[in-house]
Amino acid sequence: MTITQTPGRLAGINPLAKFLVAAVIGLVLLLSLDWVSALIALLLELALLPFVGLAPRVLWRMLAPIIIAAPFAGLSTLLFGRAGGDLVWQAGPWHITSASVSLAIAITVRVLAIGLPGVVLFATTDPTDLADALAQLWHLPARFVIGALAALRMVSLMAEDWRMLSLSRRARGVADGQGPFASITRFFSQGFALLVLSVRRGSVLATAMEARAFGGDIPRTWARTSLFRPRDVLFVSAGILLAVIAVAASLLSGAWNFVIS
Amino acid sequence: MIDNTVSTAGAHVSARGWSWRYGSRSRPTFTALDLEILPGERVLLLGASGSGKSTLVAGLAGVLGADEGHESGDLLVDGAPSRTARGRVGLVLQDPENQVILHRIGDDVAFGCENLGIPPAQIWPRVTHALAAVGLDFPLDRSTAHLSGGQKQRLALAGVLAMRPGLIVLDEPTANLDPDGVAEIRQAVETVARDTEATLIIVEHRVDVWWDLVTRVIVLDSDGNILRDGTPHAVLTTAREPLTQAGIWLPRSTGNTPATSPPVFTTAFGRDPLLTATALTVGRSPAAPAAASDLTLGIVPGQVHAIVGPNGSGKSTLALTLAGLLAPISGAVTASTGLAAGARTAEPLRWRSRELLTRIGMVFQSPEHQFLTGSVRDEVLVGPRALDRRALDRRALDRRPFDRRPLDSRAPSRPPAVPDGRVDELLERLHLAHLASAHPFTLSGGEKRRLSVATALATAPRVLVLDEPTFGQDARTWAELVALFAELRNDGHAIVTVTHDERLVNALADVVTTLAHSGI
Repeated sequence: MTITQTPGRLAGINPLAKFLVAAVIGLVLLLSLDWVSALIALLLELALLPFVGLAPRVLWRMLAPIIIAAPFAGLSTLLFGRAGGDLVWQAGPWHITSASVSLAIAITVRVLAIGLPGVVLFATTDPTDLADALAQLWHLPARFVIGALAALRMVSLMAEDWRMLSLSRRARGVADGQGPFASITRFFSQGFALLVLSVRRGSVLATAMEARAFGGDIPRTWARTSLFRPRDVLFVSAGILLAVIAVAASLLSGAWNFVIS
Repeated sequence: MIDNTVSTAGAHVSARGWSWRYGSRSRPTFTALDLEILPGERVLLLGASGSGKSTLVAGLAGVLGADEGHESGDLLVDGAPSRTARGRVGLVLQDPENQVILHRIGDDVAFGCENLGIPPAQIWPRVTHALAAVGLDFPLDRSTAHLSGGQKQRLALAGVLAMRPGLIVLDEPTANLDPDGVAEIRQAVETVARDTEATLIIVEHRVDVWWDLVTRVIVLDSDGNILRDGTPHAVLTTAREPLTQAGIWLPRSTGNTPATSPPVFTTAFGRDPLLTATALTVGRSPAAPAAASDLTLGIVPGQVHAIVGPNGSGKSTLALTLAGLLAPISGAVTASTGLAAGARTAEPLRWRSRELLTRIGMVFQSPEHQFLTGSVRDEVLVGPRALDRRALDRRALDRRPFDRRPLDSRAPSRPPAVPDGRVDELLERLHLAHLASAHPFTLSGGEKRRLSVATALATAPRVLVLDEPTFGQDARTWAELVALFAELRNDGHAIVTVTHDERLVNALADVVTTLAHSGI
């Protein structure tokens, strides 16, 4: 896994502000299952998207997974959702009714409305900045945060390790044997080898960190100060405003239906 | 006020009756070691492969866990136990890949300072200064992922320098580097030695790299005792014999390159290649960019074919492709009818895993990827056992009247039973016999390398593909390996070796293919 550096205006926003915005929008949209609130939120998000300063190609790469996934969520609702209203189409076990059609649309739009800010905000967050913010602003233990950050770098090495393990097993004459049983056995034994290798890499890394005085008794300082600046406050306010507009529009139109009722 | 110099008072190092035994070993690594190193000394610590050099420096750096073994006596830095001397000692390890800690260059160098509680305002000047000292002039937010091995080692050194340690320890800093990387790190250490008063301890096999930089040479024997201790000149003139016996690489100018048989070009085995590569373009995957293109090679029996070139020129990828492990992007690797006899096709890539064993053996660049078992001896037996199973399968097949494939006489004949004698002989020759029951992962770097060579040799493949087979070897084990390769060559095996080791090329290579940097 490589951490792609995505420049753009969002890179300067504190990771915790981004987290708060994604959380507020996500939670609010989970409260109701109507299509109005989700659609309004999605439209507002789309209107704001050009201002994040990311090239369309980059955006497409980020968002492709949810754009592909959302219709599937809608489709399953369409086929298996609660029946109600007029019957639109019927075949075998499937009853598609007007209620399930509108629910399916609502679900599709909702997945997009929740997923879009989540993905864009997360993808523009540098893991180092996130670690700084978590440790300095939320005071999570440095040992844990920095350890996780260093481990994340190791993850990128695992794909290459796996490939070399496969090749070396073939070279050593133990990669034969057809049938699902042999393949599963091989997969687990190789998985175990990868685990061993990762632990070994991790222990070298831990030694290197320890040799640089990590985990000592001295209170740690932070070379990069994570600040929650006025613009981060503004950013969070904007996120809250977006959620409020979506809910208000939904309530006024009478479409709001509270899921917990 | 910000102090911008790197200089700091050198640390005083002493070992007083220090003993150490790893929990998993019966023999102690050190017994009552006594040693004094004065502030500002620059020490080269030498010793045969497995003599405990890395253990000693890990102890000095305070990273030898008390739970890893049994300890007595004292290991002191400035009079305090080394474990409490965090930040006073900076350690650079031999593995460039696993000691990069953070994602950006500046952050990685700042890491040690943060842990020492240095105020942020003082950290960044230190970081810039340390990076300049090691000659890494990149922006601070450059990713650490795409640095070369030499650059990663210099980054680690910068991270250590920024802490302003009194003692800098380099544990085989050049072991995993190509000649360019070695020159880079040597240059960086020289600058550091000039600019600081820090005490310096360097562990290395490559004495020639450091000989004129150090002020003192300490030689350990294989039991962890001090064999010689003095100025480089004194040690060299009085101890040439024991040094050679202990396998120490002496400076090249004094010429102790072990005598090996000169390349004998022989056509006794015929000039028909066992493997032929035609218009071969290789890459790490068929979709990946080409690592090296349009190569035509013939791997001839009784010859050593060396593949050389800078890091990133596709040498390892070519080796894996020749060994029938990696699909080429275009072109083909074809086996001769003799080599392919008994296998399904003439294309090694399509062979079964066990069909490779007696035909093409591969020693990987990183031995750790290769190990499958819990002991050195079992590791060597993996190949023969897999063959044994095949022999059993084949006997079962032979009982059927319709499948009476004759065993090809040109394929190396192989007794069905696991050849215990051969395994012992291999372990003996590669100086691994005393480690037969040790876990492969507990071996030293040089020992792991020899074990991976032994595992490939155990099934006597006609073609041997070796990726950096001499990494981390002392002069003695190096000579042993080279003699073994020469013998295999003279027996008609074909050897392909990817290497940065000029001595190996000079001693063995009959054919040299130089790959140019592909610019990727």
